[in-house]
Amino acid sequence: MSEDILKEIIQPENIVYQKTKMMTDKVLSYCPGCGHGTAHRIIMEVVDEMGIGEDTIGIAPVGCSVLAYEFMNIDMQQAAHGRAPALATGIKRLWPDKFVFTYQGDGDLAAIGTAETIHACNRGENICIFFINNGIYGMTGGQMAPTTLPNMKSSTSPYGRDVKTMGNPLKMTDIVAQLPGTYFVSRHSVHTPRNVRKTKKAVRKAFENQRDNKGGVSFVEIVSNCNSGWKMTPVKSNEWMVENMFPFYPLGDMKIDGELVK
Amino acid sequence: MGELKLMKGNEAVAEAAIRAGADGYFGYPITPQSEVIEYLMVEKPYERTGMVVLQAESEIAAINMVYGAAGTGKKAMTSSSSPGISLKMEGISYLAGTELPCVILNVVRGGPGLGTIQPSQADYFQATKGGGHGDYRMIVLAPASVQEMSDFVKLGFELAFKYRNPLMILSDGVIGQMMEKVELFDPIPRWTDEEIIEMSPWATTGRTMNRERNILTSLDLDPSRQEKHNEKLVAKYKKISENEIRFEKINCEDIDYLFVAYGSSSRICQKSIQLAKEKGIKVGLLRPITLYPYPTKAIQDMLGDIKGILCVEMSAGQMVEDVRLAVEGKVPVEHYGRMGGIVHSPQEVVEALEQKIIGG
Repeated sequence: MSEDILKEIIQPENIVYQKTKMMTDKVLSYCPGCGHGTAHRIIMEVVDEMGIGEDTIGIAPVGCSVLAYEFMNIDMQQAAHGRAPALATGIKRLWPDKFVFTYQGDGDLAAIGTAETIHACNRGENICIFFINNGIYGMTGGQMAPTTLPNMKSSTSPYGRDVKTMGNPLKMTDIVAQLPGTYFVSRHSVHTPRNVRKTKKAVRKAFENQRDNKGGVSFVEIVSNCNSGWKMTPVKSNEWMVENMFPFYPLGDMKIDGELVK
Repeated sequence: MGELKLMKGNEAVAEAAIRAGADGYFGYPITPQSEVIEYLMVEKPYERTGMVVLQAESEIAAINMVYGAAGTGKKAMTSSSSPGISLKMEGISYLAGTELPCVILNVVRGGPGLGTIQPSQADYFQATKGGGHGDYRMIVLAPASVQEMSDFVKLGFELAFKYRNPLMILSDGVIGQMMEKVELFDPIPRWTDEEIIEMSPWATTGRTMNRERNILTSLDLDPSRQEKHNEKLVAKYKKISENEIRFEKINCEDIDYLFVAYGSSSRICQKSIQLAKEKGIKVGLLRPITLYPYPTKAIQDMLGDIKGILCVEMSAGQMVEDVRLAVEGKVPVEHYGRMGGIVHSPQEVVEALEQKIIGG
């Protein structure tokens, strides 16, 4: 295709979609087919659309998204494993007018960071927590996570998670919804355009709650796939997620405006 | 003259934090230092200066709140005692790796493990040689009075920000709990947002599009870049060693022997000097004020005149290793110290000098 034709096509009136400037041009380090990239983009689109990029500070976790700061085009700090809600507390308490969010995986948030997560939620910190749950430790090569389903195989549960000896998967989102310090708790996914739109709406609500100082954590879980860790093709992993993850981690709002959804 | 007050060491730290213009204190109760957060909660510094005080769910959370808060370019501090400081080591390593300034108080108690709540100086290695993982150093100040507990909070923030480095005030249960007269320094206003943005251009102040965004991380997966970062840290520590060594010499004219002691042990040694004088023993005291960087040269400069050194510390012998490194075998160096929360008496110290150095 000649450059002239390209120029002709790339006209403001022809643009139906473009990458938000709140994402850097750096190529994502995530495996093709992984949900992290979409989750990053949604959050940064909301930051862009709300015009809060100059006032937003993000916390990157330890895990696959440890390098989130390479892709999210804002001021960011990288936390020790599981400690992101404590960092967010320190930042938000000293910069109450800034928007502060954490972006954490299930190992980070629901295993090593359980105490930090629960107590930040219970104190009612005015922050957003975005929780990407793919039921596995992706970064370290597919080990069992606190959220790994019963009988699900991983490199440290090679014959399937035996709940009698390995314990049960932990539904952290259900737990934090019960705490008086959470204001908005919702579970979503990013595997279809419809779900992406719903998730984006929830992310926007989370940031709006923080802006309006609703006095509590806005907590959005995104159930996601890990095609590499699950050893499946991207398409198959999404099908597996719908069939196996969603029955255990049902999508939908759990708490709106501080009230549990009945 | 500033305002005079009779205070506990721990209370003096808390009052000094407010006066030093600290923006946030994050802590978790542990004996013998809980008066720090108790004093702050009573004083309502959020009304006096706007300073935030928060009781965290653990020492781990507290140091990570400090890690986040320090990233904003504001003055953040925490305090704890030995078992709690062990828990903070993870966060301290991250603070050092990310080059963030903060002040950490350790009011040392006996260990290992849960140990005792009584005073000790057995965390010297942990404070000065690492403690957390990786090649890093903290600046370590050792107060020997309630006055210095107050003064070192102010000095601590100055040095921490000058070098973008975590700083520890290594105190002990004696200094933390005892009451003395303290002259409080005049309050310093908290920095304004504009001052922070100007003074700490590296901080997470929110990205304005006229600057590169600020990323605070200790991670670099490229070994050659990570090594460069390590080399940068080493160069910084060298600069700190060149500029910031502090010590005090007491009764060091015309002496045969020398005590080397810091913190409460240095106070005890001052009485031991008097008792020794009555016995006709001429002994002086070198008191390291910075434990990192260590006053190695100050010890070496005194070696020509003295016959032996007794290092006095409430431990099994930790700082004595740094004294021996300085002395390089030129004169005898011995250690004396009680452990487990027992504080040595001035008489015991003199007897140890007689038995281990003079008679040895």
